[in-house]
Amino acid sequence: MNKKQKKMLIRIIIATILLIGFHFIPMTGVLRFIAYMIPYFIIGYDIIKKAYKGIINLKPFDESLLMVVATVGAIILALYNEAHAQNGDYVEAIAVMLFYQIGEFFQSVAVAKSRKNISELMDIRPDYANIETDGRLEKVDPNEVKVGDIIIISAGEKVPLDGIIIDGSSALNTAALTGESIPQSVEAGDEIISGSINLTGLLKVRVTKSFGESTVSKIIELVENASSKKSKSEDFITKFARVYTPIVVISALLLAIIPPVVRIVIMHSPALWNIWAYRALTFLVISCPCALVVSIPLSFFAGIGGASRTGILIKGSNYLETLSKIKTVVFDKTGTLTKGIFEVNAIHHNKIEENKLIEYAALAESASSHPIALSLKKAYNKQIDMSRVKNMREISGNGIIADIDDLEVIAGNEKLMDKFNIEYIKCHSTGTIIHIAINKKYMGHIVISDIIKPESENAIKNLRQAGIKNIVMLTGDLKKSAQDVAEKLNISKFYAELLPDEKLEKVEELIDEKNLLAFVGDGINDAPVLSRADIGIAMGMIGSDAAIEAADVVLMDDNPLKIAEAIKISKKCLLIVKQNIWFALGVKFICLILGAIGLASMWLAVFADVGVMIICILNAVRGLFIKK
Amino acid sequence: MKKSYKIEVDCANCANLMEEAAKKTNGVKNAIVNFMTQKMEVEFSDTVDINSVMREVIKNCKKVEDDCEIYI
Repeated sequence: MNKKQKKMLIRIIIATILLIGFHFIPMTGVLRFIAYMIPYFIIGYDIIKKAYKGIINLKPFDESLLMVVATVGAIILALYNEAHAQNGDYVEAIAVMLFYQIGEFFQSVAVAKSRKNISELMDIRPDYANIETDGRLEKVDPNEVKVGDIIIISAGEKVPLDGIIIDGSSALNTAALTGESIPQSVEAGDEIISGSINLTGLLKVRVTKSFGESTVSKIIELVENASSKKSKSEDFITKFARVYTPIVVISALLLAIIPPVVRIVIMHSPALWNIWAYRALTFLVISCPCALVVSIPLSFFAGIGGASRTGILIKGSNYLETLSKIKTVVFDKTGTLTKGIFEVNAIHHNKIEENKLIEYAALAESASSHPIALSLKKAYNKQIDMSRVKNMREISGNGIIADIDDLEVIAGNEKLMDKFNIEYIKCHSTGTIIHIAINKKYMGHIVISDIIKPESENAIKNLRQAGIKNIVMLTGDLKKSAQDVAEKLNISKFYAELLPDEKLEKVEELIDEKNLLAFVGDGINDAPVLSRADIGIAMGMIGSDAAIEAADVVLMDDNPLKIAEAIKISKKCLLIVKQNIWFALGVKFICLILGAIGLASMWLAVFADVGVMIICILNAVRGLFIKK
Repeated sequence: MKKSYKIEVDCANCANLMEEAAKKTNGVKNAIVNFMTQKMEVEFSDTVDINSVMREVIKNCKKVEDDCEIYI
């Protein structure tokens, strides 16, 4: 509790004690009035001050002003009763003010507490880095460490900055980043990311990114900014709040005037001004839309916080909202459903030595970072002499033409062979087939295939259970290998042999306004598609700026099961939001009706108001807890 | 030009009112108040003196919610 909250708590306690105490002291007349005004001012002086400012600044619908009008009105009614009968009821006005303040107090404490809880859970910020200077270890602020510095991470410490291990091996706990509880073993040469925890060995790490650029800073920034992107529900509530208060206040005014006038003019009976005035004042007590306004952003904040704990980064409340309405999920096969690690599996119909064929293919693809190129380089397993390669031209989606050792090498798919009128032998295996021709003569083909991730089958099943009607797979690969994967994973709709821009076209075709679409990609070459889809989900792209930039949801690891989980989290969060909206509105509406027909006292009104707010806040925090 | 400021405000509705007040201030292109993280992000129009604009923002915010703080 901060100072302000403590002061408020003391005021609440004193006012309560006085109120109860006066009940047992027999007092009458002016003395009684003055006595009861003491707790009223103790509990309400700041509200009165704010109300005064509301008048000066011409804000007729200021919440404090309405509270003061309601309570002062109730006191005047009590004085009126005192003049006509016996003791007036001052307690009610004071109690309304008291409960209103208790409500504000609780809101302030609860919101501060949940904010702290959520921030703590997401707190992956490292406090220090160990830097070695002259053989001695020194603890420094991670901000001061420069790229290229050597840092030491002992067992039990957080990895403060992204880097490459130069000495030592250990197991890393990446749970805070990915939600994955199985430790990841690392050794010299491996890249490690900040925010993970070193479990066993001592690691010597060369820093590759400054603190501001490192994974941990990016994640913190992303999650903190996420709640600034407001959802439609929040916009709705903001707009609603703007009209709600004026409407209730005007109805209160009408309620105070019309029925008594009708009674006098039409029914020729006593006006009962005091009764209708009381009912109107009850309206004013319910005029604050606070429960709604506080619980909706809190629900989203909790949802985003909960998701980030399981390794799902959602970049805004608006995306969380859209995610819950997704009906179509489109996968870019490679890297999402399959591992995206390609290996050379076979070489067929080769006219030259297998090693030679691989060598030419690897050299031709030497400038590319595409998974296929990487697997060729891996199969070649020797240093690549780039000076042997000249005149390299990439034919997007088809392959590469290059001059190697003054021979013209064409390496690519069937379309590329067709283009140069080279006769090739079709391959019957599934996978990516690289046909190779040297000086326009066919030299054979290399089969490179990808492996389906073990989680993919369940991931598709879970998506269907989560209400995704339409699952589509896109790939640049051959139809045969795409069909193979689609059948194994039970995906009925797939499009193969697509060029990168054709993937974008396909997604545009599939987007329709009623059924929102999510596109899942591995972040390589698919930034335009990620941003075009209603929701772009980038997978397993820790540290890839382009993917983080273009995507709306970033999965910290490459587990496809997380997609269904993200959708479930979003649905739960939106359910909470809906519950809060309907509950708060419902209770207020009932109170207004009961107040109008005289069944609800001010007591009930203020209880309902504060109670609804407390329940809504507690409900909102539920979003943080996600079953594993 | 965008800048982020730490703020202190107790009620969510007041945060919305502050956002509106800040948006209406001359020299402010856009403003977002994040109640949950207690931050105000202000986007300024070009060629304005940020300090004097922020003084106006604070004045306008105090008008709608006396009990708020913006830390410059």
